[in-house]
Amino acid sequence: MPENQSGEIQKVDTLLDSTLDSVDTAENQVLRVAEEIGFPEDDLHQIGMAVRETMVNAVVHGNRYNARKKVHLTVSGARNHLTIVIRDEGEGFEREMIPDPLAEENLLKQSGRGLLLIQAFVDEFEIRRRQPKGTEVRMVKYLEPLLKK
Amino acid sequence: MSVKLTTRKVGDVTVIDAAGRITLGEGATSFRDAVRDLAAKGDKKLLLNLSDVSYIDSSGIGEMVSGFTTVTNHGGQLKLLGLSKRVKDLLQITKLYTVFEVFDDEPSAVRSFA
Repeated sequence: MPENQSGEIQKVDTLLDSTLDSVDTAENQVLRVAEEIGFPEDDLHQIGMAVRETMVNAVVHGNRYNARKKVHLTVSGARNHLTIVIRDEGEGFEREMIPDPLAEENLLKQSGRGLLLIQAFVDEFEIRRRQPKGTEVRMVKYLEPLLKK
Repeated sequence: MSVKLTTRKVGDVTVIDAAGRITLGEGATSFRDAVRDLAAKGDKKLLLNLSDVSYIDSSGIGEMVSGFTTVTNHGGQLKLLGLSKRVKDLLQITKLYTVFEVFDDEPSAVRSFA
């Protein structure tokens, strides 16, 4: 597959069903690329967790398990980093509407920690609404974050 | 593998030994049901042993928090034992270290309920 300007080679480009099985599928596909790049065990765990949380958001909150809607996963690898893009076909959401899970009054809420964990586990995180609908999450993990520049 | 839960009594403390993964779906649901059943039965001193839990996601964390609230509302306490570094990291990131009492060894945890 061809390299892009960032020296990335696209390794995965797939449409997944809106089911919880797809969460496992996505995690496995991403981790295969991450292992090829040489990420250590702890990083693999963090990458896997970020992918699982993003996939759960896409399947459960975005596509709402709708069998007609798909989750689009692309994974690109480069010498020192991994880029993962996950897109759903849901209604989208305003990030500002999600309560801060670290605020004292929200600490005992049952849900709302997914985005917090994703951001903690990757080096770059970007979320945007797609037109006409849907949400796209782009995550980058560097093999050695301090050397990423 | 989903989560496997077994309970045992140490004095008047109910220890829940969890093994496997507490994640969205069966794992988190089993955990929720187990804690609710114990709370409804009147068990007020619950110690959740996570020594053999390899993975917890945000849904699993949510169920732990929900369990904490359920037990507290029944006048009891839910404490944690045997967290791996990864689970400790999750509690740090989510600030739940300020909510849960966490222990590294069982005798100290059991004594803390006295």
